[in-house]
Amino acid sequence: MNFSFLFNNFAELTVTGLAFGAVYALIALGYTMVYGVLQLINFAHSEVFMYGTFATLWMTITLVGSGNPGGLQTFGIMAAALLAAMVVSGAIALMLEKFAYRPLIKRNAPRLIALISAIGASFVLAELMGVRDDVAGWFGLRETLDDYVGGARVNQSMPNIVQNRTLFAIGEYNIRMVDVIVILSAILMMVGLDQFVRRSKTGRGIRATAQDPETAALMGVNSTRVIQMTFLLGGLMAGVAAFLYMLKIETTKFDVGFLLGIKAFTAAVLGGIGNLRGALVGGLVLGVVENWGSALFGGEWRHVVAFVLLVVILLFRPTGILGESLGKART
Amino acid sequence: MIRNIRSWRVAAAAVAAGLTLAACGSTADESDNESDSASGDSGSAACDVSLAFFGPQTGPAAGLGQPIIQGAQLAIDQHNAEAECEVGYEQFDSQGSPDQAPALATEAAGNEAIIGIVGPAFSGEGAAAGPIFAEAGLPTVTPSGTNPTLSEEGWDTFHRALGNDATQGPAAAKYIQDTVGAQSVFVIDDASEYGAGLATIVKDELGDTVVGEDTIQVGDTDFSATVTAVTSSKADAVFFGGYYAEAALIVAQLRDSGFEGDFVVADGVKDPAYVDGAKEAAEGTIITCPCIPAEDPAVSEFASAYEEEFGEAPGTYAAEAYDSANIFLDGIAEGIDNREDMLTFINEYDQEGITKQLTFDETGEPSDVAVYAYKVEGGEIVSDQEIE
Repeated sequence: MNFSFLFNNFAELTVTGLAFGAVYALIALGYTMVYGVLQLINFAHSEVFMYGTFATLWMTITLVGSGNPGGLQTFGIMAAALLAAMVVSGAIALMLEKFAYRPLIKRNAPRLIALISAIGASFVLAELMGVRDDVAGWFGLRETLDDYVGGARVNQSMPNIVQNRTLFAIGEYNIRMVDVIVILSAILMMVGLDQFVRRSKTGRGIRATAQDPETAALMGVNSTRVIQMTFLLGGLMAGVAAFLYMLKIETTKFDVGFLLGIKAFTAAVLGGIGNLRGALVGGLVLGVVENWGSALFGGEWRHVVAFVLLVVILLFRPTGILGESLGKART
Repeated sequence: MIRNIRSWRVAAAAVAAGLTLAACGSTADESDNESDSASGDSGSAACDVSLAFFGPQTGPAAGLGQPIIQGAQLAIDQHNAEAECEVGYEQFDSQGSPDQAPALATEAAGNEAIIGIVGPAFSGEGAAAGPIFAEAGLPTVTPSGTNPTLSEEGWDTFHRALGNDATQGPAAAKYIQDTVGAQSVFVIDDASEYGAGLATIVKDELGDTVVGEDTIQVGDTDFSATVTAVTSSKADAVFFGGYYAEAALIVAQLRDSGFEGDFVVADGVKDPAYVDGAKEAAEGTIITCPCIPAEDPAVSEFASAYEEEFGEAPGTYAAEAYDSANIFLDGIAEGIDNREDMLTFINEYDQEGITKQLTFDETGEPSDVAVYAYKVEGGEIVSDQEIE
């Protein structure tokens, strides 16, 4: 175990861990909200995120072209990419709700059936992205769209829009600008969402349905709309996560959602599934612990450390760090 | 290059299995032309024989298979242009997957007209198909599979037309020490058979110069802990044993964190997708490979013929594939038309190929090997020098 390395680079490891943890946290929101309202684990949420990364990629390719943008243009491109990611992820989340869940919920299908439907939808969405060159071929667009659909099964990377190399120092450690951007925007989005759920009328509807769907319906809450809203919010957050992820990693692939989805789901459980603030705490803790674990034991131990932590925390706090409570938040 | 492509296309595998079964049915009636003329006149070319390519023709690694297919194709075309009887050329598309290799190897072994295999292209599929070829007595010459263990399995049919990783590792270490002049090296591997094996060899060769090491996981995308370890070790060179997907991510994240030393990798990264993935961060990367550069004077004649026929410069391992096919074709030109004689012929073979002197020891390893260094410059992988 390499303690001296961990302690000598504590600040840097913590910041990079927090940045990746922030991405986990934003994806975890989608799992946690849907679980809070429907007691259903939406395993297709990882693909909602994946489509967001591609929306970011495609939007930047379109806008950047081959030139090097500078100054204000960069902000424009970033804003457009963020918007594209949110729109696409939100739309995919809504489609999932409409085609993979609502018909099942209407027929009062058991939760297990909805879970299988989610896993099925996840494979369909991921593999569809993995054969996008063939799909474009059906419409005779294979050549025209080569920048977008080429290399369907390998990593695709974004044109550089921000100079990640911009560093600033905390003490004697260099911190990457992009990590700070990722952490701050993620926290900002979380606070915004938390306030929305706590204060707005729609938020009250979501909390009411989470607490007791039948009573909420009797009180005039439109449950279909509430469920739609839940999926949409989760999708939008996944879109933000996708944008921030692309800012940091710059590379995506059709199956990128798989590992991140599992990690984000872990983060949600770690913080207390169904609890918005829990998702934030769980994501950040997971990201940081993974980094510390890699530093201590070596990179191959990263996932071992993460999941041992999950098991240990659940042993002592079966409902996660902050407990399950979307419905119980009664401010 | 060892490659273990996990095929997600279960359906594709099922279809392939179906095709294999169908093909097995049809190969039975082709086997009647075996060794009728085995005792025939030596000196005149044999008829009704085929060579086969075994490796990825489609699938995620298709780009790596194509130069090999075309290199062997060129050798066969040149032979056929002059010979009385044409040599056939079959292709067994494994998609680079060890899962599909055994069924295809059985199919190839069942076709008696095939007396030589150029391949298997990757080490993973080579390990899966090797026992089947050995049992059928079907000689193979791989132009690209570099895992050292392949020659240690006791398959007398196995031959390799290029240096294995046990020669590539020391060459990479030598380049890092002598040419790069690195005083401190950080070694990263991806825990794969190929990557970890190569990294271990490099580490052993470098000895005290190694200031740190780490292992990453294939499929991960965030390597910040490893990057921090590299920057805090103040290493002036990094060696990575693994494939291009992770290499591109690692080099991009290293450069983003201000690492300015040299990034050295091996043949698993020698793919245009590496440069596409890492963009500017890939600039200056040093890639070692036991594959001869297309610009080398020894292969200039081959390179121009290749370019004329296929309209592109020969890719990685095209020249090695050309050499591999030519070993078989020399045998066929001497009248060999069965596997047993071909195997004896290859084991005793000692001729100058375009890439090296081609002769094999009893395990099937080439006795003459060369490793070359390549560099990424201006978004292209260009040849640098031979590592003596």
